[in-house]
Amino acid sequence: MINANNLKLNGYRRPDGQYGVRNHVIILPVDDISNAAAQGVAALIKGTMALPHAYGRLQFGEDLELTFRTLAGTGRNPNIAAAVVIGIEPNWTERIVKEIRKTGKPVAGFSIERYGDLKTVEMAARKAKDFVQYATELQREPFPVKKLCMSTKCGESDTTTGLSSCPTVGRSFERLLKGGATLIFGETSELTGGEDIVESRCVSEKVRKDFRCVFDDYTNLIKSQGVDLLGSQPTEGNIRGGLTTIEEKAMGNIQKIGRCKVNSVLAPAIEPKGPGLHFMDSSSAAAEMVTLCAAAGSVVHYFPTGQGNVIGNPIIPVIKLSGNPLTLETMSEHIDVDVTGILRMEMTLDQAADHALEVLQRTINGRLTAAEALRHDEFVLTKLYRSA
Amino acid sequence: MKHGILLHEPQDDVGVAVMDLKKGTTIGAMTLEGKQAGKVKLLNDVPLGHKVALRDLPKDKPVLKYGRPVGKAVQSIARGAHVHTHNVKTLRWAI
Repeated sequence: MINANNLKLNGYRRPDGQYGVRNHVIILPVDDISNAAAQGVAALIKGTMALPHAYGRLQFGEDLELTFRTLAGTGRNPNIAAAVVIGIEPNWTERIVKEIRKTGKPVAGFSIERYGDLKTVEMAARKAKDFVQYATELQREPFPVKKLCMSTKCGESDTTTGLSSCPTVGRSFERLLKGGATLIFGETSELTGGEDIVESRCVSEKVRKDFRCVFDDYTNLIKSQGVDLLGSQPTEGNIRGGLTTIEEKAMGNIQKIGRCKVNSVLAPAIEPKGPGLHFMDSSSAAAEMVTLCAAAGSVVHYFPTGQGNVIGNPIIPVIKLSGNPLTLETMSEHIDVDVTGILRMEMTLDQAADHALEVLQRTINGRLTAAEALRHDEFVLTKLYRSA
Repeated sequence: MKHGILLHEPQDDVGVAVMDLKKGTTIGAMTLEGKQAGKVKLLNDVPLGHKVALRDLPKDKPVLKYGRPVGKAVQSIARGAHVHTHNVKTLRWAI
């Protein structure tokens, strides 16, 4: 059985002492209308990546704060070597730059007004070129599992995820937790029917209350809309895969945390304060959730799937695990960890966890995941309510 | 494979088909721990990943999977029948 402390992990040490498993130079637009300039820079400078998105204008209150936190957190993520930030005007641009700069990594901000796209692209591209040359000289070095921050979320789940891929992640997380890693899970809506289990795992009464508060807020939001989630939860894909109710789906989902205790409850895109397993209040939509995990500092992600969710993320590798034989037969190019042996009773959960940890090690050390190779770069901001 | 149905817990009312199962065939059930859980004659075709009733379930009975209720029978369900949205509903949201 693989002990997490024996994993040989190599990553990029950042100035703040965190370790990244990728070495991206990103061109980050603050708002939707700066996407064109960001993409212009990325087209000019080899080794850079633009992260276009749909928001950042006329948002307010908590919704605006979450957008800022997600953008800044993306730049702060240890997988990022350096960041160029481009916004329409200087104030909000500087807010993002300031947060990223706290990590000590190279960052520069540019704003389009009073220059236009073309001059902005030229100035930003010159900086991006310097950043790429800086980043490409950095070398991987060994780091201990206690410096690893990673996350999990499942998608297109079915009955096989509850039997195989989710408990495989659960067993792996138990071992990573023992090794002192920092782990994140979430998906508030998909705990319905199993929320009592998460509550019972909370390490203290305060954490239990925090969790209950987040879960009740979510339930009240649904009630206030005068709707229920029948028709959305389980999803059509879940039902096709054999899941009948939200409780059944939740029980499968919760297998991902194994027997781990829950150390804290985090608001979306908030970085955990220390090792242990942390619950992050988050949507269950795959791209939104993984984007929030990355903004909270996760550098790699375990994604169990049943029917075959194809999601990826531009800055963190998303490792797909599946135990559904039909999915492996029809869309194997998306799956990194095949645990179909569990359904055939040819593989135990501990053997499956060994396999998952071995693929985790290889991925951390540089092997591209299926989603990375297939260019699944879904960068999706969570929108809490409509803009002004 | 000696089994066609997997259960999470021995007391579960339903098991999961680990392959496409044909109406009329008799198939073995097993728990994830590897314990035999008897044989069931299928009353319907049950596709891979869908559930099979392992005992007769009267209307309104909570349906156990993972050793706990994951819904309730909205009609009586016979041992060997396909169990899904047509005969089981959530206990959580108003229906």
